[in-house]
Formats: sequence, structure tokens, C-alpha cells
Amino acid sequence: MDLDDTPEQAAYRAQVRSWLQEHKSEAPILDGPDAIRDEDEIIAARRAWQGKLAEAGLAGLTWPKEFGGQGLGPIDQVICNQEIARAKVPGILDAIGVGMLGPTIIAHGTDEQKSRYLAPLLHGDEVWCQLFSEPAAGSDLAAVQTRARQQEDGSWKLSGQKVWTTNAQFAAYGLLLARTDADVPKHKGLTMFIVPMDAPGVTVRGLRQISGEAEFNEVFFDDVELDEGAVVGGVGNGWGTALTTLMFERVTIGLGSEGLGYNSTRFAAAIAADETARRDPEVRHKLGEIAAELLAVRFTGYRTLTALQKGQIPGPEAGLAKVTIVNGAIKAGDLIADVLGPDALAEDSQWAYMISFLPGLKSAGGTEEILRNTIGERVLGLPPEPRLDKGIPFSELRSKEGAAA
Amino acid sequence: MNLALSDEQVFLREAARGALSRFKTLEAARKALDGKADALPDLWPTACEAGWPGLLIGEEHGGAGLDAFDAMLVLGECGRVIAPIQLLGHLPATAVLEASSTAPMLEELATGEKRAAFLPVCPPGDVHGGWSVDPREGMTRGDAPTVDGSGKLSGTLAFVPDAPGADLLVGVALQDGKPVGVAVEAGAGGVQVEAVTRYDATRSLGHVTLTGAQATVLDASEEALAAAWHLAQALVAAESIGSVETALDVSVAYAKERFTFGRAIGSYQAVKHSLTEVLRQMENGRSLLYYAGWARGGAPGEFPLAASAARSVAGQALDTAARTMISVHGGIGATWEHDAPLYFRRAQLSRRLLGGTAGATDRVAGELIAQADAA
Repeated sequence: MDLDDTPEQAAYRAQVRSWLQEHKSEAPILDGPDAIRDEDEIIAARRAWQGKLAEAGLAGLTWPKEFGGQGLGPIDQVICNQEIARAKVPGILDAIGVGMLGPTIIAHGTDEQKSRYLAPLLHGDEVWCQLFSEPAAGSDLAAVQTRARQQEDGSWKLSGQKVWTTNAQFAAYGLLLARTDADVPKHKGLTMFIVPMDAPGVTVRGLRQISGEAEFNEVFFDDVELDEGAVVGGVGNGWGTALTTLMFERVTIGLGSEGLGYNSTRFAAAIAADETARRDPEVRHKLGEIAAELLAVRFTGYRTLTALQKGQIPGPEAGLAKVTIVNGAIKAGDLIADVLGPDALAEDSQWAYMISFLPGLKSAGGTEEILRNTIGERVLGLPPEPRLDKGIPFSELRSKEGAAA
Repeated sequence: MNLALSDEQVFLREAARGALSRFKTLEAARKALDGKADALPDLWPTACEAGWPGLLIGEEHGGAGLDAFDAMLVLGECGRVIAPIQLLGHLPATAVLEASSTAPMLEELATGEKRAAFLPVCPPGDVHGGWSVDPREGMTRGDAPTVDGSGKLSGTLAFVPDAPGADLLVGVALQDGKPVGVAVEAGAGGVQVEAVTRYDATRSLGHVTLTGAQATVLDASEEALAAAWHLAQALVAAESIGSVETALDVSVAYAKERFTFGRAIGSYQAVKHSLTEVLRQMENGRSLLYYAGWARGGAPGEFPLAASAARSVAGQALDTAARTMISVHGGIGATWEHDAPLYFRRAQLSRRLLGGTAGATDRVAGELIAQADAA
């Protein structure tokens, strides 16, 4: 049992570290007095930085070599992430595209799609967004209602609405899950599309959250025309294609959860700074409970890496780490606000931002309730709940739901 | 990066599971609660046969020379079946002796011919400034034993695991205000061990009174003395997570076979989510066992934090698991005949021994605050 790099990993780490050392002055500055303030400038600078990382082989390094990647493993990805954090430079801008959407196109896309889209995606020339969730389809993703209808000439017309879309305001393309056949059971009538975000009929609107900031978007599609080549993975195969994306999403979240900054060191430092709080038994007890669980998540991550290193795929139990992190951070925010008082809730406070962000994060990437269902069924082997939607054409499901309500 | 068990560790764990499966430990635990103290099997010969008493003693003294994590694996197996075995007292005692150049009885302790018990003296934290012992009652911690220049040892310790019947008592005492390791034969004059049982009959405890007993003063470092306390924390944590494993397995099996309103109860979200919560706490606890096992050798400065975090999470996990086990089984889970109350009793008592789960939780905060001050 050890946490050490193998000789190969140590060599890779040294190589990444020396490149970052040499080039970190070229990275955009996002914090402190010299930080770039203008939103458009930030995006432009981060896209350029992603291009440099890609040139150096530090973006998409688990992608196959033929598509611009390095053909490396998840451990190398973690080493690269650690070194980027250590160098205090930003990582790639399009983590969703490189981590989830590009790999989906690699797995299911046509040769034309791979040669057209992958290289600009990897280099940050074209940013991508994930158009899956809808106002009425979140945890139950296969209930999407955004409709794509094929025209006589083979092209498609797309109408509907997506929500919780990160980066849509500057994305060039989106990967979109749409219903193409409502007369078959809901998982069967879905198809995945590539959508140009500048196509006529696409409207992006910022979605403000509790903090007042708009980190996500709503995206509306009003008779958007797509050509035949926009289909990824075949008509009617959208659910299988989406599952590939979601599998990569789990890996991305699993390897990146420490990057959220919800860790015991940061929270303990806030408590340690208050002379009374640091000696108060109740505060210490709460801090101890929160911190112990967050420390556990760090080592759960190392266990996941050990499994990945042996060629095993992380299962849904990695989702439990997300439950622990989010709930731990919620309790920490509450405790720190108790200690600091109303100043913790000042508009420019890091704690106000965290406290505002977490209630939504509880549902991101699958609600806590759905995660507990999935884990109860797949890991503990408990039986699923009876469902109303099995084997029923999607078009009939709505009226059945109406009758049940 | 490798947190997987080695082949030897897998073998050690499987061998322990096999050896303990030959005994009806749960049935015995229930009978012992009914006052039949002789119902508990004597597992010490089994431990000796397997080499567990010498796990942490070097090979030059006849031990296996293994690490804390190996000992934790064995304790986990003991916890799975609530085995009444005296390793929780013995192993931290041998860790103190192993760190001393003048240790008595090592060979006999390695084979298990003699048995030791650890006198739990808690190292200073940032709220409680000195070495202290658990009180017999209440929240006021007691003073550590003292030893004079000629090795006369005096003091009292409450609820010492596995003290009854031990041949050697090993712990920490203050000599002119400085902590030193001490070892005293249980049969020496001035040593009194009063056996006590509380709520969980499988747990052998003793109140120890020392009045000028002749002890051997050991030259273990202050770090090694503190580490023995933290090792005991890690062992309780490992044992607790073992108990959680069984409690969860039994609960999940029942949730699949018990039907209400035409469905298995495990299909209801309320039941499913409570079992998933046990799994979550168990996995967190297990991850911290890895942290503690790794830190013991790999980052000794973090061992107090890691062991305390493991104890804190594992104690909570066992409480949750035992309560969930009872509630998933409905009324039957609260009856004397069921195994659930045995795990519940184990949870209740374990959480109050060796400084308590709450003490470990406080130390997690203390260690992190100290880290923040140093940063």
C-alpha cells in the first residue's frame, strides 16, 4: 500500500511539471489584483491557453493518438490535473467537451464527424456544450421532449428547450439528445445530434441562480434545421449514446471532485482564525465530523484510482463521494456562517458564494435521491421500484401520468 | 498509487475469517448477556495458532513484523462476528514494547504464551493540555499514572480493554512530569484489576488500580507512546467497520426477502436510502482505515489525524448500521432472539471506550486547527 508514483508515473509528472514551469507565464491570470476582469477577454484567454495545453499534449491526454490525444490512462490525467493545480494555472476551458462530449464522438461518431470536430474541440477553437437536461427531464433523462422531425429531403427540424447548459453562451456546438419517435417506449425513440449554436432558431439565455450569477443557460430551439450528417450514433440509438456521455461524466467528476475546493484544510483554516470558535467544543465537534468525512473522500478517490489503474471501471458507488462532499460542504458553510456571522453572507464573500452554490449542486449530475436509488439497486442489489413507464409508447405516457396525478 | 490489498493481506483476512467461522460467537454473545460468562469461547488459542499476538512484534523476537494495517484487517474480521478476543488490549501494548529497547517478555507475548493489555493514556490535545485517562464516570478526564525514579507506579485507569487475565500491563506514566513507557506484571504487588462488564458481554474490561507497583520503565519515544493510543483508535475503527459489514449484509438480505403491500421492502426508497446511507458511511470509514494504515508508516505526522478520523467515522457508521439493522427488520429486530441487538450493544459500548468516538472527533478538529496554524 503506497501513494507513490511508479517510475513511469514519476517521469511523466516531471515532464508535465517542467513544461508548466517553462510556460506558466503564458497562462491567463484569473485571481488577484492583476486578474482579467472582462468576461469576453477571460474566455478568449482561456481558449488560447487550452490551445497551448493541447499542443503540449496536456489536454485530452486519455484520447487516442489518432485524434490528437496521448493514449494515456486516467492516472496520468490525475497527475496532469495535480501538476496544473500545483502550478496555480487554470486548466482547460472546455472540460465538458474534452472530458465527455469528444469521447462520445470518438465512440459513436462517423469518420467525417471525427475529422471535422475533434481537433478544434481539443484546442479550444470551438467550445462545446451538453444539451441533455430539460425543464421536465432531469433525473429521468429519457423523458426529453425536445423534438427532431425528419424532413422529406432527409434533413431534420428541431424544436424544444434545454436547461442547465454550461458554456452555451460562447459554445460553437452542442451535443443534443432529442426525441425522434414518440410512438415507441421512451428509451427507444431518442437520437443524438450535433447542433451548431449559431444556427437560426437557437436562442441562449442566461439562467441566474441563488448567488445572482448566471453560470448556466437555458437554450431554446425554434424550428432549427439540421442536416443528415448531424446524427451521432444512428437514429433511435440516442439513449445508448447518452449513456456513454454519462459514463465519461462520472469519470470526469470522480477524478476532478477535489478541484471543487470543498476540503477539510480550507474549512479548518476558517475556524482556526477565530479565537473563540477554535476552542468551542460544539464548533470543534461539528468541524471534526465534517472534516473526517471529507478526508475519507480523498482516500475514496485514491481507491478509485487504484481500481482504474488495474483496468476496472469506476461503478456508481463513486456517486456516494459526491453525496458526502456536497452535504459536508453544506454543513461546513453553515458552521462557518455561524462563526463569522452575517459577514459570511456579504456579497463578495467566498462563503456566501459557496452557500448559494451548494443547494443546486445537490441535484447536479443526478439528484441525491436518484443516486441513492441507483446505488441501492446496482451496488446493494436491492429491487427497483415498480414503474409506470415500462414498455409504453412515449406518446401515451403523458396521458397515463396525467391520470395517475 | 496502490491502495489495493497485497496477496498476503488478502490471505491474512481470509484466514482470519475462516478461523473465526468455526465458533458460534453470536450465540455465545447472547448467552453471555444472560449471565452465562463461560458461554464465550476462548479464542486466544486460535489467535496464537494464527500468529496474531505477534503481528506487530519484530521477527527477531518471534513476531510477524507486520504493520498496523495488517492488524486492522484481523480486527475487522473479529468485528464482523463480534468475536470476544483480547487483541484490542494486546496489540497496542506490543507496539509500545516493540518501540523500546528494554522490553520484557517480548518472545512470550509474540507467541501468545503471555498476554498483554494496553493501559490507555491519551496524549495531549490542544484543549486538554496533558496526558490523561478516561474517568470512571462523568466528563472530567483523570491524570495519567505517575512513576518514580525507582520504577514505583501509581494511578488508576477505568474501563481498560482486556485487562482481566492479562499477564503484563503496558502504558504511559509521567516521571517528573515527562511521559515514559511503563510495563508492570499483573501479578506484582500493588496491581489490582477489577473485571467489569457493561452492556456488551463480549468486551472484557477492567478497572486498574496501581499503588506503588514495581514497573519497568521503557525507553520508547514520546511519539511512539502517543502512536500506541492512536493505534488503539485505528483498531477500534477497523473492528467497528467489520461489524458494519455484517449489519449491512444481513439488513440488505432481509430487505430483499421481506414483502409488504406486494413488494420487497428494499424496493421502497425509504428503506433503500437508509441502507445506502449505511453503505456511504461504511465506505467512508473504510477509506479512512486505508488512510490510517498508510499514514502509520508513510506519514507518521498524519497518523493522529488519520486514526482519529477513522475512529470518528467508524463509530458513527456502526451506530447508524446497528440502528438501521433494527429498523429494517421491524419489530423482530428489537427482540432478544435477533442478532441486531448484539450489534447495537457493541455499537453503544464501543463508542464510549478509549476516549470515546466524540474524543476522536474533537481530535480531528484539533489536528486540523494545528495544521492551519502551521501553514
